[in-house]
Amino acid sequence: MKFAIMINEGPYTHQAADSAYLFARAVLAKGHEVTRVFFYHDGVNNATRLTVPPADDRHIVNRWSELAKAHDLDLVVCIAAAQRRGLMDENEAKRQGKDANNIAPGFRISGLGQLVEAGIQSDRLVVFGD
Amino acid sequence: MSEEMDMDEGGTVKKFMFVNRKAPYGTIYALEGLEVVLISAAFDQDVSLAFLDDGVYELVKGQNTKAVEMKNFSSTYRALEGYDIEKLYVERESLEVRGLNEDDLLVDVQVLSAAEMGEMMAAQDVVISF
Repeated sequence: MKFAIMINEGPYTHQAADSAYLFARAVLAKGHEVTRVFFYHDGVNNATRLTVPPADDRHIVNRWSELAKAHDLDLVVCIAAAQRRGLMDENEAKRQGKDANNIAPGFRISGLGQLVEAGIQSDRLVVFGD
Repeated sequence: MSEEMDMDEGGTVKKFMFVNRKAPYGTIYALEGLEVVLISAAFDQDVSLAFLDDGVYELVKGQNTKAVEMKNFSSTYRALEGYDIEKLYVERESLEVRGLNEDDLLVDVQVLSAAEMGEMMAAQDVVISF
C-alpha cells in the first residue's frame, strides 16, 4: 500500500514527531511504500540540521535523514511554513538575502501542492498532529 | 505562490475534507489550514470543510483582531465560493455548547449533528485536520 505522511508538530515538543517516524519505519518494515513525508506547521522544525539534542537522547532530525537515505524517501518541507519559522535551504537563503541556511540532508523545500498531490497519489494519507 | 505543481493527476478526483478544530487566532492552525484549502482548489478535487470544537469560531461574524495585532483573515472564508469550495459543514453540538447558531456565522453552511458529521468523514478519501 502507498502511504503519505503529514507531520504538523515540532520535534521534542510533541510526540507527533516521534509517532510519525515510528509509523514510517513500521510501514517500510511491512514492505509498504512511503510516497512522501510532508512537514507542515511547526513540523518544519524537524528539518533543521542545527538541532543538537543531549547525547543520551534520540536525534529526531538525523533519524529522518538516515531513513530517507536508506529508503530513498521524499521529505518535503512546506515553503510557506518554513519561511515563517526560519527554515531555509541554500537557494532560498540566497533569494531572501540571508547569511545562512539550515536544512538537513534528505529534506527539500517545496509548496503545499506537494501535500495535495500526495493525498491524490497515495492510498492513505496519515496525519500526525495535535 | 512560488511552488511548482504537477497538475497531471490522470483525472483522479478524490474526496478531500479539511477539518478545522481550533479557534482562529490562539494558534496558527486555522490560518495555515486555510492556506492548504486554497491550494487544494487548484487540483480539481472534491473538497469540503468541516468545523467543529473551537473551529466554529473561525466562522463567527464581526471578528476584530486589531488589539492582538494579527491579520484578520475571516473574509477569506467568504471568498471560498470563488474557488468552487462550497461544501462547508458545521457541527451542531459545537455551536450549541458555545451559545452560537447559524445566524452568527459569516458564510452559508450546512449544520450537521456529530453523528452526521461522522458519516460525512467516513465517506472521505482524505481527511486532514488542523
